[in-house]
Amino acid sequence: MSTLAHAQRPGDSSPFRFPFWWFWPIAIAGLTWFDDGFAATPPPAPAVAANPYERTTPAEPRHALDRAVFAQLAKLGIEPAHECSDAVYVRRIHLDLIGTLPTAAETRQFLQETHPDKRAVLVDRLLARDEFTDTWTNKWSDLLRVKAEFPINLWPNAAQAYHRWIYTAVRDNLPYDRFARTLLTANGSNFRDGPVNFYRAMQSKETDGVALSVALTFMGARAEKWTTVERANLGAFFSALTRKGTGEWKEEIVTFDPDKLPAATRVTFPDGQPGQIEPGRDPRVVFADWLIRPENPWFTRAIANRVWSWFFGRGIVHEADDLRADNPPANPELLAILERELVAAHYDLRKFFRVIVTSTTYQLSSLARSELPAAEANFACYPLRRLDAEILIDALNQITGTTEKYTSAIPEPFTFIPEDQRSIALPDGSITSAFLETFGRPGRDTGLEGERNNRITAPQRLHLLNSTHVRKKIEQGPKIQVILRSRSGPREIVDTLYYTILSRPPTESERAALAVHARSPGMDPRTVAQDLAWALVNSAEFLHRH
Amino acid sequence: MSLHHSVDPRLWNLEQELRLFALDDPRLTRRAALRLGLLGGAGTLLAHSSLARAAAKLPLAPVVAPQAKAKSVIQIWLWGGPCHLDTFDPKPSAGSDYTGPLNTAIKTNVDGMQIGELLPLLAKQADKYALIRSMSHGSNAHETAAYTVQTGRASGGRDVFPGVGAVVSLFKGYDAGYKGLLPPYVVLTELQGRFSESGFLGPRYKPFATGGDPGAARFVVEGVVAPGLNEERQKARRELLHQLNTLERATAKGDPRLAAFGQCEADAYEMILGDAGKVFELSQEKDNVRDDYGRNTFGQSCLMARRLVERGVPYVTINYKGWDTHKQHFQIMRRKLPELDRGVAALLQDLKAHGLLENTVVWVGGEFGRTPKVLWEAPWNGGRGHYGKVFSALVAGGGFKGGHVVGSSDARGEEVAERPVHPCDLIGSMYEQLGIDPEARLPHPEGLDVRAIPTVAADVQRGGRLNEIM
Repeated sequence: MSTLAHAQRPGDSSPFRFPFWWFWPIAIAGLTWFDDGFAATPPPAPAVAANPYERTTPAEPRHALDRAVFAQLAKLGIEPAHECSDAVYVRRIHLDLIGTLPTAAETRQFLQETHPDKRAVLVDRLLARDEFTDTWTNKWSDLLRVKAEFPINLWPNAAQAYHRWIYTAVRDNLPYDRFARTLLTANGSNFRDGPVNFYRAMQSKETDGVALSVALTFMGARAEKWTTVERANLGAFFSALTRKGTGEWKEEIVTFDPDKLPAATRVTFPDGQPGQIEPGRDPRVVFADWLIRPENPWFTRAIANRVWSWFFGRGIVHEADDLRADNPPANPELLAILERELVAAHYDLRKFFRVIVTSTTYQLSSLARSELPAAEANFACYPLRRLDAEILIDALNQITGTTEKYTSAIPEPFTFIPEDQRSIALPDGSITSAFLETFGRPGRDTGLEGERNNRITAPQRLHLLNSTHVRKKIEQGPKIQVILRSRSGPREIVDTLYYTILSRPPTESERAALAVHARSPGMDPRTVAQDLAWALVNSAEFLHRH
Repeated sequence: MSLHHSVDPRLWNLEQELRLFALDDPRLTRRAALRLGLLGGAGTLLAHSSLARAAAKLPLAPVVAPQAKAKSVIQIWLWGGPCHLDTFDPKPSAGSDYTGPLNTAIKTNVDGMQIGELLPLLAKQADKYALIRSMSHGSNAHETAAYTVQTGRASGGRDVFPGVGAVVSLFKGYDAGYKGLLPPYVVLTELQGRFSESGFLGPRYKPFATGGDPGAARFVVEGVVAPGLNEERQKARRELLHQLNTLERATAKGDPRLAAFGQCEADAYEMILGDAGKVFELSQEKDNVRDDYGRNTFGQSCLMARRLVERGVPYVTINYKGWDTHKQHFQIMRRKLPELDRGVAALLQDLKAHGLLENTVVWVGGEFGRTPKVLWEAPWNGGRGHYGKVFSALVAGGGFKGGHVVGSSDARGEEVAERPVHPCDLIGSMYEQLGIDPEARLPHPEGLDVRAIPTVAADVQRGGRLNEIM
């Protein structure tokens, strides 16, 4: 017993304890040391504006798309927000492009750079990062329903093959038209030919069910709202699809069966044009070739609108996957410009992303200067959005240097989940954690954009504020310990916590508030710094993209 | 934890105004609003913007009929599928290939009603519950069977429907004027994870999963109980959090998401610092009461469930694992059934003693039964497989008549012999007891016309409501 007690002296150098030298300044200087540290010293960094989030001058349009947005705002009498500060931009662009918080070092470096194009340079760097591939593979895996278990039931190794194919396509920047065509026309084994799982990743595998999934995924349309005839016309293109078992458990060959269409078949495309399928021709190929033409009224528009919604929280047509004649775009000119950009970029999504995230519209601050929700519906400000479940847990782990356990309800013999697994890189919707479920990770049941629900709930708030899960990370996480044990003094510790968690330096009034907290009874440096980390992690600023 | 306010920006402004003449307590504000009749229409309180459009068209006012008999449901989910022959539908004369060593049925306090030999305490309570011996859906896979039993629907189609708890939370929770400080749908202690309990209704209707272990010396409810942080520290930290909310201060135009965020924080602190969290302190119960339930995780979960419904929580699920007994079936039954017996018997008695049984439905069952014929061969060596063709469920209280048996299985428990009961029949009957119209529309994300249970037009097997015990 006594051995145990002695093992926990303050001087112990275990990673979860403070070394003795961290405490001695207190013993000598008492609490005034705090006041000095937190408030009294003049700031060594460049002075921070009263509000760390926006520039002081009004925003100016840069791209054609900005002119379309600003023209509409002027017409509606909506004042756009100012452009966001560099600190906001570095955080926002990291979260939006690579689903990952910038580290304190990355943030500091970016803020020190003086090059006028530094935001665009940063964008190019991020587009090449591995986390870019992880993040956008994860997004596509939601929409394409990569899930081994109920209700999609792909089976683990098929989910892995599907995910692997999407990952490779995103990494190698497969143009979106070819991405879509490959998924629509694939043949082969669900275990070996990843894209064939598109036709398995749907609850209803009847022709009508396939038509619904195809319309949703690649036409951004909800065929539930079409007439029965329109649906049947679309379904006809998938009527010769077969799925055959093999000798291997759960293996399936998805392919075109020419015997199902022995004679020439008349078809009608969704735009009402008639067509004919010659014997021996796979009707899926005929459909795909009709679909991916730039002049197709759905294809380019659907993906342009989707991508916009990924960066602005809502589509120009809202909801982003509900294109139909009676759901007009909020800004038709803007949508037309985006469609032209995408065609000009030959469906290179990285190029297209770059156009959007270097626009003035994307760089607007989240501090609206006009009434919500009209300001947001017309893109007069960046919308505040709670962090996605995966991004949030990865960010907490990055800040604290901790990891999570992910498991699946079915045995995953083909899956090795390493200790430091990031949730944005999870291959299969069935591999999950209580945190991800609580914070609204999509079930990958339907492929609807709206499946991801980031509306805050009280149980989520309770978990972040007070759960042992989050407290342990903040109180014992090795990276937090490194920050708290820094020799550079409390001012630097506070700065580093701010850069690490909020990607910006603290304001003077924040330092003052912390000094007040440090003077309350029973406080010691460890407690103050821990309380600060806890408060920052629980702030609206950390928990939202802003 | 009420999170109904602040979801609609118009309402939020309204509440801000109300704050001017009510105390700065959101709950008082809400009561004031209710008194003024301003928050009466549940449709306007819908949380999800994606649902708002659908809601605008729908008569979503909660259909709590005046004849509602039940206020709450305690669902004891025997996760994995318990064997009907060894529990509520014994077949002592089917021979040892069917009964295994559990070849005796015991009498209950109701004439002619017999149950499995390992349930002697429940045998003394049979007047309080009805047994359904003809549950059926035919699915032998955990996921699809669990989905069907908890939603009343076959799997397939594009949607994932909400489970019973989420539907009850929709119609008897915040949207229906539920004013409790505790979440309206609580799970002891972990989510199942096989399918999303809330289905297309979304996270607002997800259950609050307590985590922790009610059977431990201290029931540490994740988020509510924080060992090592006293109230003073909690308050000091919260004050610091408020001082550092720079983004909220800079947001001049009153973002409704920040308002909802603030409200969720207030609700969370009701659980952390307010009275709401005290419900989880099982030490407030007398020792002999705790002993009656059994000093184990399941028994104390049953006691916890009583404490929750006592405070008005409309839906409590106890996810009781360990019933998927492919191997060592009888050894496991000898260990688990006494635990089940003690916990459920104590719960029924205690609910009765507290006057809660009349308005609390207790539902005990799993996703399916188990193969009536024992699998003696290797590798099972005396196990039982999955069996969805016929299985049993127990329902008590909340207007259901005790001492009755509904339906029957054949001599070996292999087929439904009479009066098939499909999951939607049981679920629809519970909704009726709760005063929820089984034909009430659910807010579907795409505005489709879907009802609380499938309509007669839908191609779903059904045997009719359980009128014989209602």
